[in-house]
Amino acid sequence: MTESLRVIKARRTTLENVWRLLKTAPLSAWFGMIVILIYAIAAIFAPWIAPYGEAQIIGKAYEHASDTNILGTDQLGRDLFSRLIYGARNTIGIALVTTLVSFLVGGSLGVLAALKRGWFDQGVSRVVDAFLAIPVLIFALMMLAVVGKSVVNLVIILALLDATRVFRLSRAVALNSVVMDYVESAKLRGEGMRWIVFREVVPNILPPLITEFGLRFCFVFLTISALSFLGVGVQPPTADWGSMVAENKTLITFGNPAPLYPAAAIALLTVAVNFVVDWFLQRTSGLRDGK
Amino acid sequence: MASEKKRVKGDALLEIRGLKIDGKSDDSWNPIIKGIDLTLKRGEVLGLIGESGAGKSTLGLSAMGYARPGCRITAGSINFDGIDLVTASEATRRGLWGSRIAYVAQSAAASFNPAHHLIDQTVETAVSHHIMSRDKAEADARDLYKRLQLPNPDTIGLRFPHQVSGGQLQRAMTAMAMSCRPDLIIFDEPTTALDVTTQVEVLAAMRDIVEQFNTAAIYITHDLAVVAQMAHRIMVLRYGNLVEEAETRAMLKKPTQEYTKSLWAVRKLQKKESPSKDIILDISAVDASYGNGTKVLDNVSVKIPRGRTVAVVGESGSGKSTLARAITGLLPTSSGSISFNGKPLPRALIDRDKDTLRRIQMIYQSADTALNPRQRVRDIIGRPLEFYLGLKGANRDRKVVELLESIELDESYIDRFPSEMSGGQKQRISIARALAAEPELIICDEVTSALDQIVQEEILQLLMKLQKDTNVTYLFITHDIATVRAISDEIVVMHKGKVVQQGLKSKVLNPPYPAYTELLLSSVPEMDPDWLTNLLVKRKKAAV
Amino acid sequence: MHPVLKTVLQRLGLGLITLFAVSIIIFSSLQLLPGGYAQNILGQGATPELVANFNHQLGLDRPAPVRYVEWIGNALRGDFGNSYSGTTGTIKRSVSAIIAPRLYNTFFLATMAAVVAVPLSLILGVLAALYRNSWYDRIINGLTLTTIAMPEFFIAYILMFFLAVQHRWFYTLSTVSENTPFWEHISRAALPAATMTLVIIAHMMRMTRASIINLLSSPYIEMAQLKGISKSQVIIRHALPNAWAPIATVIAFNLAYLVVGVVVVEVVYVYPGIGQMMVDAVSSRDMPVVQACALIFAATYILLNLLADVVAITTNPRLLHPK
Repeated sequence: MTESLRVIKARRTTLENVWRLLKTAPLSAWFGMIVILIYAIAAIFAPWIAPYGEAQIIGKAYEHASDTNILGTDQLGRDLFSRLIYGARNTIGIALVTTLVSFLVGGSLGVLAALKRGWFDQGVSRVVDAFLAIPVLIFALMMLAVVGKSVVNLVIILALLDATRVFRLSRAVALNSVVMDYVESAKLRGEGMRWIVFREVVPNILPPLITEFGLRFCFVFLTISALSFLGVGVQPPTADWGSMVAENKTLITFGNPAPLYPAAAIALLTVAVNFVVDWFLQRTSGLRDGK
Repeated sequence: MASEKKRVKGDALLEIRGLKIDGKSDDSWNPIIKGIDLTLKRGEVLGLIGESGAGKSTLGLSAMGYARPGCRITAGSINFDGIDLVTASEATRRGLWGSRIAYVAQSAAASFNPAHHLIDQTVETAVSHHIMSRDKAEADARDLYKRLQLPNPDTIGLRFPHQVSGGQLQRAMTAMAMSCRPDLIIFDEPTTALDVTTQVEVLAAMRDIVEQFNTAAIYITHDLAVVAQMAHRIMVLRYGNLVEEAETRAMLKKPTQEYTKSLWAVRKLQKKESPSKDIILDISAVDASYGNGTKVLDNVSVKIPRGRTVAVVGESGSGKSTLARAITGLLPTSSGSISFNGKPLPRALIDRDKDTLRRIQMIYQSADTALNPRQRVRDIIGRPLEFYLGLKGANRDRKVVELLESIELDESYIDRFPSEMSGGQKQRISIARALAAEPELIICDEVTSALDQIVQEEILQLLMKLQKDTNVTYLFITHDIATVRAISDEIVVMHKGKVVQQGLKSKVLNPPYPAYTELLLSSVPEMDPDWLTNLLVKRKKAAV
Repeated sequence: MHPVLKTVLQRLGLGLITLFAVSIIIFSSLQLLPGGYAQNILGQGATPELVANFNHQLGLDRPAPVRYVEWIGNALRGDFGNSYSGTTGTIKRSVSAIIAPRLYNTFFLATMAAVVAVPLSLILGVLAALYRNSWYDRIINGLTLTTIAMPEFFIAYILMFFLAVQHRWFYTLSTVSENTPFWEHISRAALPAATMTLVIIAHMMRMTRASIINLLSSPYIEMAQLKGISKSQVIIRHALPNAWAPIATVIAFNLAYLVVGVVVVEVVYVYPGIGQMMVDAVSSRDMPVVQACALIFAATYILLNLLADVVAITTNPRLLHPK
């Protein structure tokens, strides 16, 4: 675009920029952000919001919805609504931790591989390629069979598997940045690895990685839910949406929609995150379109 | 061939009146073309010239009634031979496209479909518009290939686009445009991507065929010397407005507007050469190759005198950028030696000490990729000060401001990000970053070729001023002979990894020439509208 | 050698190496456990004799490389050993015998879904690309994005709840056996197939749309338009010949996805396929069955991607017509 335009656009504070950005957000992105906010509140303040305790038995099994328990009770007579709220904390928490570990491992290996190249890059890339050839869900199932079901195992296995995907992406975006002249210029100056990684490369690959974080979170979240649903993920009595669907699934054949609630809770969050990510993606690719 | 272009008289073929076009960026519409009138007569060639962002491509395409996705025509009329292309139906426009108005794009390699033979793509227009039978169209295509001086005109059509060279592809696209003998052809920077020696052949072939069929043309370019060869009349555009319009010779002789005059300016810049025997960098019999074994530097020896500017000139693939990589140690040489201030320079970057690194700095072609978009000017210029000279805090900032002043920017720029500056300003920051290290040698890799003409001149002048002040040595890598003329003391001509010639500017730019230097120098278009014609006559004579 | 053949062979070789690497990963996953598999299964209280006996019974006391060669050699011949859970005393249940009918069922289900989903999503995706930013495109975009974001079991239960429970149009559970007649098999597998179809269509449409848009923004497509060729000709003559590679990639990616998605859907509908079997085996830690299933899933996945690459190579004009 013309140079004058660019110069005029200079000089705005971060806060102003964020507000300007938000103003351009489409309805779907707003919807997504509000949903995420509500989930976050539910997860953080679960003990204050939920009418009953996580494992508190308040009545008979499979009671229908009433004034005291608005969604009814589960197979052990626990309040479904309370467990839904606690589920937010557990399910989202586990997925978030997994994704963070996955990004820490995969991201740092990816950036390192892009910078070092040579045998390190070759070695890690080949191993990752082999792991990429096995679907995550299948691999996770197999590993859980070997090491046994527990939340810690679940987090470690999924984080490592997902890290292979993160490695691929962060290596690719880091490679784009590493070939830039400003990195070469830093090398010519004689800068060490630390400066090059943290001052030259990382600030430039952060935006795409943040977008990817949203997508990876959704994927991890869905995979954990699926594993829990299959009975090999989060184990009772922890309130977890995937297991809650499995625990109450027989109800559906009797026309009781109880198992649909936790499933819907999962769906709503991933849809919300996807809407926000989609908006980010369109913003970045839209610039290319407008040429 | 005709040595003098005919003054073309005839009725108007294309009339554009009050045309306005908006383009979309960041979700808002901004004007690209701000009300332009244009008249083109039958058989006339009109040159559209301007710098990046002038709107010349958008205007050229609008002559077809076409607006790229993300652009829209908001006002005005485009009358092509009695048809208003703005209001015409899509079917009407499509009926004209290819048959009566044709388009030749900048990148032939991207504009040919990789999946089809050249001849299939050449005849497609004529056949699908039912102008010719397929057999007739193919025979005609072969004839056009011959007229455009393509090698093996009878069989070249059976090749795929990736099987022929860039210059040949560009001529094949001209044949494709010519296949229906259109009334008007739009040439959109058709030679910009080509090397200068290839450009001559393509220009000659295109001019010739347009003349033979008396086709009207709009020739879009940013290169004045090229447009001088091709056009009868020139329109100068800037920021979507018309600056000046005149017959080619008249405009070259006497431009009336300040802006037009300034476009000529860089050619006037001339440094007086001064010889020197004090050698700062001595490259001797250096070989270098990339991982796959292809030799990119072959026995290269160059001597660079202190405080002078040595220009390394060559076409793409000549090895001139590789030479820079060998000097900086990014690509360790495989044999030969490089000595700096009389001491041998370690081959690889990692073996060099900090002080050696400080003394050799580099400036890149594109400041967009050379400056970290996430760093402010304060850090970009401040880092070498801190790293090499140990300056910190207020001392560092003071020095940054000083450097900003030396590159003619005020201190308010210190908090800016690269995206908040213009192309020229960014290149100045790159220069300041190199200067901050207080180097003895600066390698300038095509530092002006991504910039507009006027900005180029400013940057070159700045570099010369800085050399006068600090006695820094420049190794100036470029493909542009005009730049070489402007700033060098000595010139190194490179071709296919070898040094063809090194010497003082006056010696290299004057006869007797080695064969390649002559070819290279004679291929650089000049402002004289008769240059191409004369050159062709001369080459023909030499060939006989 | 012709470059196409050379590249295809290279790619096949790479596929074989990947398969080999994957088989090693799958095999060696069992060795990762500290204290060994037996200790883990039998519990901390197990006596060394018990552990040794257990290991001997399962042949786990021999060196790992020997067991790998034996395992992969037998696997190539279709023999995956004996199931742990069914092995009591002298009665041995061969894994292959358990898997075979279930593999057929899964294949049946996946084919049903693919037959509907592939053509439908290609057509819808191309349409969305051609009418980019229209209302159709926007609605499709929102719908597919929503579908992709949902867990498969949610979609499955929604369909079950409304189509099989509230209205008794379909079977709630998809129990089939070897004796189930073909058409009944189809009607019993209808809901799981529909679930898979919905999920795949969403993914595939978006990918098709993206790759077609990418294709249509090529300069040679603009050139073709400016040659005055009709819209349909631009698509058929200029876009299509270059579309095979991206389309093959999209199809392979989604069929591979189908293979994985089948696990959850089979469990929801209690459909006796290989996915449900794997989940059961995981719960009972029946390793020969788990490994056999993992190998089959991974091999299918690798094979599909290999096919897509071969299509891409054999339709690439630069390779077909070398300089």
